Amino acid sequence: MPTVEAGTARDALREPLVERLRRAEPVRLASSYPERTAVLVIALFVAILVARYGVHDVAQTGLNGLSEGSVYALGAVGLTLVYGILKLVNFAHGDFLTFGAFMAYLANVTWGGPLVVGILFAMVMTALLGVLFERIMWGPMRERGAGLLQLLLMSIGLAFLIRYSIQYAWGTEVRSLDVNSFATVQFLGLRIGRTELTVIIVGFVVLVAVGLMLRYSLLGKQMRALSDNLELAEAAGIDTSRVVLYTWLFAGALAGLAGVLAGAVTDLEPELGFGLLLPIFAAVILGGIGDAFGALAGGILLGLVIEWSTLFIDFRWKTAVGFVVLILVLIVRPQGIFGRARTI
Amino acid sequence: MSVLLAIPAHPAIPFALSLDFFTAISFWTGVGILAGTYTLLALGLQLNVGFTGIVNFGAAGFMAVGAYAMAILVVTVGLSFWLAMPLAVLITMAFGLLIGLPSLRLRADYFAIATIAAAEIVRYTAQNARGLTGGNQGFFCNTAQTVCFDDTWRSVSDTIEGWLKSAGWSNPEALFPLLLVVWLCVGLAVVALHFAQRTPWGRVLRAIREDEDAARALGKNTLAYKLQSLALSAALGALAGFFLALDLATVHPVDFQPLVCFIGYAVLVLGGLANYWSVAFGSIIMWTILEGTRFLNLPITDEQNAALRFIIVGLTLILLMAFRPQGVFGKKEEMVLGE
Repeated sequence: MPTVEAGTARDALREPLVERLRRAEPVRLASSYPERTAVLVIALFVAILVARYGVHDVAQTGLNGLSEGSVYALGAVGLTLVYGILKLVNFAHGDFLTFGAFMAYLANVTWGGPLVVGILFAMVMTALLGVLFERIMWGPMRERGAGLLQLLLMSIGLAFLIRYSIQYAWGTEVRSLDVNSFATVQFLGLRIGRTELTVIIVGFVVLVAVGLMLRYSLLGKQMRALSDNLELAEAAGIDTSRVVLYTWLFAGALAGLAGVLAGAVTDLEPELGFGLLLPIFAAVILGGIGDAFGALAGGILLGLVIEWSTLFIDFRWKTAVGFVVLILVLIVRPQGIFGRARTI
Repeated sequence: MSVLLAIPAHPAIPFALSLDFFTAISFWTGVGILAGTYTLLALGLQLNVGFTGIVNFGAAGFMAVGAYAMAILVVTVGLSFWLAMPLAVLITMAFGLLIGLPSLRLRADYFAIATIAAAEIVRYTAQNARGLTGGNQGFFCNTAQTVCFDDTWRSVSDTIEGWLKSAGWSNPEALFPLLLVVWLCVGLAVVALHFAQRTPWGRVLRAIREDEDAARALGKNTLAYKLQSLALSAALGALAGFFLALDLATVHPVDFQPLVCFIGYAVLVLGGLANYWSVAFGSIIMWTILEGTRFLNLPITDEQNAALRFIIVGLTLILLMAFRPQGVFGKKEEMVLGE
């Protein structure tokens, strides 16, 4: 992945760089083509499901899965980039989603604005929230060289702070955004709520935009470069503090959007985002931690797997299915299903 | 958490800051039991995080497995309370090994995520396997209401109450016997862990915390030591689970949210890392503050009051990690959980 000229970087980093470059070479383990293996396994799984339950049921649950998966994917991209670039496992990310959902509630219900305005307001405010804590907390802590445990527990403290400040302000009563949750759309014999369909469409448009931006824009390339190897990226002349700032804006805005979409489909309550955090972690790890494209794919895939599981497991267990997937992936392929073995 | 969201004894009257509760024995009994229970939980975390260097976020799961196993063995299987407790401890230790065996090979942050996921699986199972656990109704007695999990404990409690009366306390606090037993356990656990830490076994744990590769190079099976550390922490978590169940007189999934484990971490880092005595100190301070906020008649609703307590937990974690990561009594040089 690193496309930095070794010559310029070597002067800056001397010894460690040689080691780093050596390590950066893809080490291929069990499968030389993890993507193909993954696609093959998934295709087989779908084929078995279709044979057992019929095309209609698989498609119907798959549609629900896409709606759920786009929320996971939007949450996962930000979480994985923050991890990749800052090496921060942000347990407060789920509560960023809650914050976004309640900001949309403020604009959409309290102030009576249209939902679109609510969504934009949520994205802006959550992005600013991300930057705020980068400025007052994460940045200073990085400069002091804080350790893993410190950062982990701080992110948990921040999660509490956000979640219970929301509970303080809005209480625990269940609230809804101003959406018609009863209207349904029917096509090809499938039924889907209008809100869910909107979530899928908005989710996919944004996810494609995010993918293109990461793939082709300079900022996107810089983010991926930093996520891949911070020191190398720095040595190559990337303004890391600027990219870090944009990463928080980006992660915050997407988390805010994910929160609004999740809140539109279900309801708003202070635990909304924390309940989504572990599935989002699962999506991140499925896709390979730090890998933004992997997180997109991991989120959608997880949503599909969770909904498909309701075909053969009681739907009450579907949250637990997400956790089981998380643990299985950690045990079997901690580098993610599309990832190649790295330092795990 | 039912215990935390319970309605305060006094209704919220605008700004009548009464500190009467501070001298009430019932207040301190309540604080003491919670502090003792969380000390047991946090002692396990101290063993894992402070002395072995493994970040276990699944302690709430250990409490849940312990409490449910004990209650099910007593009520459903019909074992005696005294047999059910050690068996439940063993079951929880086995659960700890089951979690640790595949996931201890992972990097610290992955391990943290794996353990919290495992604890959540336990909680969802407790919620959904209604036939076994009573689901969201909680678990207390059998359907005929003839056997309850704390029957034996109540008679023990009555006996202790009798001693207290004969010692001259005419009307002892109802939960005071539980307070005594919790802190007896805490005392034994602290002393045992303190001395275990000075044995060669304890030194290997510290060596693993400092540099696992070096410990391995010396021929130590580091995975086995880490598993032992996790299993002991599971046993302590099971004890904490018993006391939580006896205190609340029910076993309910909502009492084993990840939140419980994180309050345990707040207790741990408040007292300080790499020190067993400090855990008790941190727990008493934390629970005095948390329970105290319920009795200060702040001009806010009960719901806001409950939220305020967790804002305090969050701020405690953030400020301690920012300004005194080793905690009040911790040793900075033993705070090695870096990269």
